[in-house]
Amino acid sequence: MTRAQMLILGVITLGLILVPVLAANNFTIKLFSRLLIFALAASSLNLVLGYGGMVSFGHAAYFGVGGYVVGILTVSGIASPFITWTLAVLLCALLAALIGAISLRTRGVYFIMITLAFAQMLFFVFVSLRQYGGADGLPIRPPDPLRDGRTLYYIILVTLGICLFLLWRIKESRFGRAVQAIKENESRMMALGYPVFRYQLVCFIIGGALAGLAGVLNANLNAFISPNALAWSQSGQFMMMVILGGVGRFWGGALGAVVFILLETWLGSLTIHWQLGVGAALLIIVLFAPGGLVGLVSSANAWLIKRRAAA
Amino acid sequence: MTPTLIVAQILNGVQLGLMLFLLAAGLTLIFGIMDMINLAHGSLYMIGAYLTATVTSATGSFFLGVGAAIIGTALIGMALEMSVLRQLYKRDHLSQVLATFGIILIVNEIVRMIWGAQPVLLNAPEVLSGPVEIVPGFRYPAFRLFLIGVGIAVALLLFFIVNRTRVGMWVRAGASNREMAQAMGVRIKLLFTLIFGLGAALCAVAGALLGPILSVQVGMGESILILAFVVIVIGGIGSIKGALIGALLVGIVDTAGRALLPLILRDLLGRDAATNIGGALASVLIYLLMALVLFWKPEGLFPARS
Repeated sequence: MTRAQMLILGVITLGLILVPVLAANNFTIKLFSRLLIFALAASSLNLVLGYGGMVSFGHAAYFGVGGYVVGILTVSGIASPFITWTLAVLLCALLAALIGAISLRTRGVYFIMITLAFAQMLFFVFVSLRQYGGADGLPIRPPDPLRDGRTLYYIILVTLGICLFLLWRIKESRFGRAVQAIKENESRMMALGYPVFRYQLVCFIIGGALAGLAGVLNANLNAFISPNALAWSQSGQFMMMVILGGVGRFWGGALGAVVFILLETWLGSLTIHWQLGVGAALLIIVLFAPGGLVGLVSSANAWLIKRRAAA
Repeated sequence: MTPTLIVAQILNGVQLGLMLFLLAAGLTLIFGIMDMINLAHGSLYMIGAYLTATVTSATGSFFLGVGAAIIGTALIGMALEMSVLRQLYKRDHLSQVLATFGIILIVNEIVRMIWGAQPVLLNAPEVLSGPVEIVPGFRYPAFRLFLIGVGIAVALLLFFIVNRTRVGMWVRAGASNREMAQAMGVRIKLLFTLIFGLGAALCAVAGALLGPILSVQVGMGESILILAFVVIVIGGIGSIKGALIGALLVGIVDTAGRALLPLILRDLLGRDAATNIGGALASVLIYLLMALVLFWKPEGLFPARS
């Protein structure tokens, strides 16, 4: 990172730490909590999709299952976050291992569709679990300290910070570079003797586990979980966030999530026809900013540097 | 479980399958030839249904409504292709998904502005509203029988166009090797627009015919779009034959599962639980089918490029 980037990151972090202090009401704190949770979820998908080149259309499955593990355990009397969160993340990792091992047999569009198929199966399983709310969803009573919006906000912020640091280290590691190389040229990496399948699977599992963690936070924030958390439209929304922000660019997931949710909230407060605006924004981004928002920022940056050099 | 029930369920399955085929055929051609993931295909289906409902209530004739919807939707589809989608052919699949998802949102909102958020009423024509007795003691709704007839007719017409006409030859050439077809002098731009118009027209037929059975409302396109994608992935992308077989498989498995699973489970779980769980499991079945097909044949049953 350059010094300027460090500075920007520092200012943003400071701002995020100060949010609960400066926030006028609980609505603002909750909105920021949501932004951070979806930043985590979208970043986890960006690892799988952007760095690993695996277009998973079923990423919401882990997001929802993570939430449901917390919900079901809490309803059954096991509320300790240490147990529920650990179990949720482990189960999501296991689920991702299973789904990934089967799905990675296919490529391209077929991979997109088979990951979607697994997510849809899980969606309908949770719809049919009537003792846990079925299609209506399951209200959760989070343990005491987590019911305070400010405490939960800081927990989410710290979790996101740790996860982003982890993701950064993964991206820079030998493993991370190998995964990116597999995305560029799979047969070449195979010829070089890399265990392509195993690397991709591990990448897929890490992505699933982190999405599960985001799902856990989301369930605690809303004190509620429903099958909608693992609907295909939710998977689609995660994908939108990553593409909007910038596929395979480190801040792409986080930036995409923040812009997407803010755009949705802002347009939603202006008009009931806000979807028209979101749709138009997506279309314009695709047609005129192929690298997503991060791509737009870095090409603007490059243009500035070039202009300064010329002057 | 009586034989009549089973026959009726199979007929229902074939009927749903044929309607899915109308959607999947356009989708698989666009996918196979232009290498384009078009999520907005479901929006054209919705537009077709709304146009049918509007013209039908204005003129009083369902068939006039269907005709107007076919022409209108084909024109809208071609306009969409020429204005926006054409820019996306050279882009990667992810960009196409994002852009066409944007189009879904825009079209949904425009439809909501014009027709309102409430479902619109579309009834089956008077002539076809009653049941018919196919064999003594077995009655089946005439409209559903009509759907099966139209579905078969359109499928035959499509096979004729693709396999026996010059345009069809271009289409097949484009599906198996786009660059080569272009080098041989196929006017690819025109062909793409025409295929888009054809796909849109097929969407309109499906929307018009399913409208009276399902409901005409915003969002109707998305749920069926996912099914249509399942169909073309099972069948193998770019293959009309695959789309037909995949559609019939999905239609029959889905319908039969929905009707028969609760009956089978009833003895095990009791009536209420069986209805509830059976319905959800039936929805799982088609995705299970897709996962199994892809597990054994990772490129679908009839891959167009082998």
